[in-house]
Amino acid sequence: MASADLMDFDKALELFEPVVGFEVHVELSTQTKMFSSAPNPAAMEAAGVDPNTCLTPLCIGLPGSLPVVNGTAVEYSISLGLALGCDIAPVSRFARKNYFYPDLGKNYQISQYDEPIAFEGSVAVELDDGSLVDVPIERAHMEEDAGKLTHVGGATGRIQGAEYSLVDYNRAGVPLVEIVTKPIEGLEHRVGELGRAYVSTVRDMVRALGISHARMERGNLRCDANVSLRPRGQKEYGTRTETKNVNSFRSIERAVRYEVQRQAAILAAGGSITQETRHWHEDTGVTSPGRPKSDADDYRYFPEPDLLPVEASSELVESLRAALPEQPVEMRRRLKGNWKFSDVDFQAIVNAGLLPEVHATIEAGVDPAAARKWWMGELSRIANDRGVEPGSLATPEGIKGLQHLIDQGRLNDKLARTVLLAMVDGEGSPEEIVAARGLEVVSDDGALIAAIDEALAADPGVLDKIREGKVQAAGAIIGAVMKAMRGSADAARVRELIIERAHQSS
Amino acid sequence: MSQITPEDVSHLAGLARIALSEEEISKLTGELGAIVSAVESIKEVATQDVVPTSHPIPLGNVFREDVIGETLTTQEALSGAPDHDGSRFRVTAILGEEQ
Amino acid sequence: MSDITHVSAAEIARSLAQGEISSVEVTTAYLARMEATEGVLGSFLARSSNALEVAAASDQARSRGETPSALAGVPIAIKDVLCTTDMVTTAGSRILEGWIPPYDATVVTKLRQAGMVALGKTNMDEFAMGSSTEHSGYHVTKNPWDITRAPGGSGGGSAAAVAARQAPVAIGSDTGGSIRQPAAFTGTVGVKPTYGGVSRYGVIALASSLDQVGPVSRTVEDAALLHDVIAGHDPHDSTSIPTPWPSMADAARKGSQAESLAGVRVGIVKQLVGEGISPAVKQRFDQAVDLISAHGGEVVEIDAPHCEYAVAAYYLVLPAEASSNLAKFDSVRFGLRVTPEGNPTVEDVMSATRDQGFGDEVKRRIILGTYALSAGYYDAYYGSAQKVRTLIQRDFAQAFEKVDVLLSPAAPTSAFPLGEKLEDPLAMWAGDLTTIPVNLAGIPGMSIPMGLAKDDGLPTGLQLMAPAYQDARLYELGATLERLITDRDGVMLSMTTPEVI
Repeated sequence: MASADLMDFDKALELFEPVVGFEVHVELSTQTKMFSSAPNPAAMEAAGVDPNTCLTPLCIGLPGSLPVVNGTAVEYSISLGLALGCDIAPVSRFARKNYFYPDLGKNYQISQYDEPIAFEGSVAVELDDGSLVDVPIERAHMEEDAGKLTHVGGATGRIQGAEYSLVDYNRAGVPLVEIVTKPIEGLEHRVGELGRAYVSTVRDMVRALGISHARMERGNLRCDANVSLRPRGQKEYGTRTETKNVNSFRSIERAVRYEVQRQAAILAAGGSITQETRHWHEDTGVTSPGRPKSDADDYRYFPEPDLLPVEASSELVESLRAALPEQPVEMRRRLKGNWKFSDVDFQAIVNAGLLPEVHATIEAGVDPAAARKWWMGELSRIANDRGVEPGSLATPEGIKGLQHLIDQGRLNDKLARTVLLAMVDGEGSPEEIVAARGLEVVSDDGALIAAIDEALAADPGVLDKIREGKVQAAGAIIGAVMKAMRGSADAARVRELIIERAHQSS
Repeated sequence: MSQITPEDVSHLAGLARIALSEEEISKLTGELGAIVSAVESIKEVATQDVVPTSHPIPLGNVFREDVIGETLTTQEALSGAPDHDGSRFRVTAILGEEQ
Repeated sequence: MSDITHVSAAEIARSLAQGEISSVEVTTAYLARMEATEGVLGSFLARSSNALEVAAASDQARSRGETPSALAGVPIAIKDVLCTTDMVTTAGSRILEGWIPPYDATVVTKLRQAGMVALGKTNMDEFAMGSSTEHSGYHVTKNPWDITRAPGGSGGGSAAAVAARQAPVAIGSDTGGSIRQPAAFTGTVGVKPTYGGVSRYGVIALASSLDQVGPVSRTVEDAALLHDVIAGHDPHDSTSIPTPWPSMADAARKGSQAESLAGVRVGIVKQLVGEGISPAVKQRFDQAVDLISAHGGEVVEIDAPHCEYAVAAYYLVLPAEASSNLAKFDSVRFGLRVTPEGNPTVEDVMSATRDQGFGDEVKRRIILGTYALSAGYYDAYYGSAQKVRTLIQRDFAQAFEKVDVLLSPAAPTSAFPLGEKLEDPLAMWAGDLTTIPVNLAGIPGMSIPMGLAKDDGLPTGLQLMAPAYQDARLYELGATLERLITDRDGVMLSMTTPEVI
């Protein structure tokens, strides 16, 4: 693939004003799909579900099959609309979006067209420096997800060059809420950062609402970024591109910046931007063109005749409104204050997408600093090694149990990390692991003294050095004792005992 | 006036994924022209103030509980498939892009 | 009982209940009749392989004192538009040749639970698009009254089967007249229930906002008994009506005992008895109307001006919805797959499959429907057609303030010769002018025989229409009229179908 010319980002911003928009798709975690009572894989803990095992006739578009709306999905959608500051439509309708693609099941998607459930909202988003931006929301509507295609035979596993494709319809029909922002102007250099912060906010919002697991790596939360540039001083928006496959917060920021640079280079050279869908490549850090938008994308929307209108009563809407949790910005500010983290430390947690986990752990009773340490430290490290999300590795209760053992003095830091790894690997609760593996810190003075004696026998001069005031000499003995006891000695106690011994003999 | 051209029919056939022959396109162009002329009359009465009817019997808020129902086994799902690998449906190479 | 196939389903049910005959005997008689006549008629696409076992099971249940419904043990034919797990289901199309659904339509489940014995799947115009059954992808069904004539469509198979005594009753589907028009052509009874009255789950969709399943029979009482079995709310169908229905059989019995029609107000829809109606049909229609006044009924002329636009609106709404409903036939998950030469993409395979698997009428309507929905044309075509529906509903609502039931001929002519209308789609479509407004409005409609046409001796049908939810009114008045017409003619027309072999 020939790489595109890129203009320097700052230079691009001198010449052009970037305008961005974001479409976020949220997979709801209802038990069943949007229009059929098939099990919903987006609600499942396990990542891998056997293909074509979550199906009813509608999921594979069998002749004669009919949709029936999931009432819980409607409530979740209304709650999300309210959290986004939207008006809820008293009457909203479903519509068919008609196009042919093998992952669709019936070659139309049931969605909403000109009568979405929620519209005209606004979300407060906090940037890295603490400043707030109000992101205007155009609409949020209900629709269904498509199945999954696996392309076989090509070099890259992508469509181009594949010999054939395999289709799994498990995901076909999973409930989706699509959130569309209005064009966002005025962020200038911070457009990429805004994208990241906005999606992170939406993620926290849906998790706080309890309506989606929002695991980006599993596609529960997906973002398309729209980017256009207009020459400084021009009123009309420029032509925009839509970039898909941005699967993480980092990707959003990078993809937006990339598109700004790519488009600026074209425009500055006198060219024009093709309105098209582009694909983001995380590995190479570029976007590549998809099929240009053409009249072949005439979706021929019409009201879904198999479904009746959704009439959200004001009683329902108000009861859902009353049950809304805090807005993410407010929640974050409150927590940062309560936990007494620095702005930098707190933001790091947010950027890592671990705010819900840290929050839940602190709610479970763990000291904030300890919660932060475990999630941002060891768990993030293990997750990174294994290529998974930290949130999938441990539970707040597990961390609580682990920290409790440390607080009791029964585990030191090194031992705790061993126990944590065993917890992650499913060996049981911290207590169970400590018992099964005999990993407790040894505080029994008798055992410690015996080990100290042995170590001193090999290095008797240490006691003299200590009496002379060179207390650090004890370190060698401590090290030897720790080694002999495979790290399970209470190092602080060992040190105390050595120093006592040194002064006893005098 | 509704002048349907062979290009129109060809375009529609593309949208509908039907590989019409030249002969079929030609025949349909004539037929469609006549049909569309015949149905034009409805514009006379379909004025702004008339609300369209999508559902003849007005019902609303038809929902189901979020409870798993009867599902198809993989075997049942694949039972009509022209080609599959025992767990997934198989198709030849795809030209277009995902939406 | 010399030949059980000569009596009504109600009479069969009575004999079964009295222990005069077994379901196995009844089923055997109908299977023999099918065997003898299918070569001539071609009503069926598939035949059940276990009808006698099901009949035997019904007899055994009865001997244990279990009778799940009034029609338990009675055989029935099912239009091939409903999914059956034990019989190939094609909707009359080659694109579904050999397809066995992994699930039953709700109506089929109800028939099984009612203890009825399915004999087979009946022939139809492909995907129910047609008025003569000539557009079936498989073969043509003959009208038992004259085998050079069409039995009507799209449900010609069910109507011919019942008229020719291959089955005592049948299930049909009606989108623009597909039950009622064949009933008129074959001298049988056919009913389209209120939209939403009978479940559409498992019914291969043509036009989702117009389709309804209904009974096909030789008497009003038989249709009523069957209606009672199949009607009712289905949670699998969002458009199905939740409120319970009264007994249509009770309404039919009440009507058949009525001595006078005093107090009954009937409306003649001006737009449905004028242009396009043949003189012979008009003559029989006028006779039926005279019969009503002679028995005390009040006859009122009704002006429903927007009915003039009904056919146009219908042939925009239907193709639009059908073009979307038929997109699922794409070679991927079920049905035909045609793989062209070379290295075809899946798009090539889809397009080749659909060109080969769909017949001309289906392709014609899909292209028309795609046009009606396409960018820039929606408001003028589909959008406008949906407005005409509102106007027609309004016309009918106003009419039903003045009358209880509306009347018209069920078809503008008697059965036309096979082949006559095949080259002219618009002419074929015009034949639905009296039945289409009923589907657009969602109200119930019934066709009953009203006498043989004087010019060609072929059956003609009277259409009764009632407000939404008032299906029982059709059965009550229909049963009365059936009796009055039978008394007038000295014989029940539906029982006098000429012998075909």
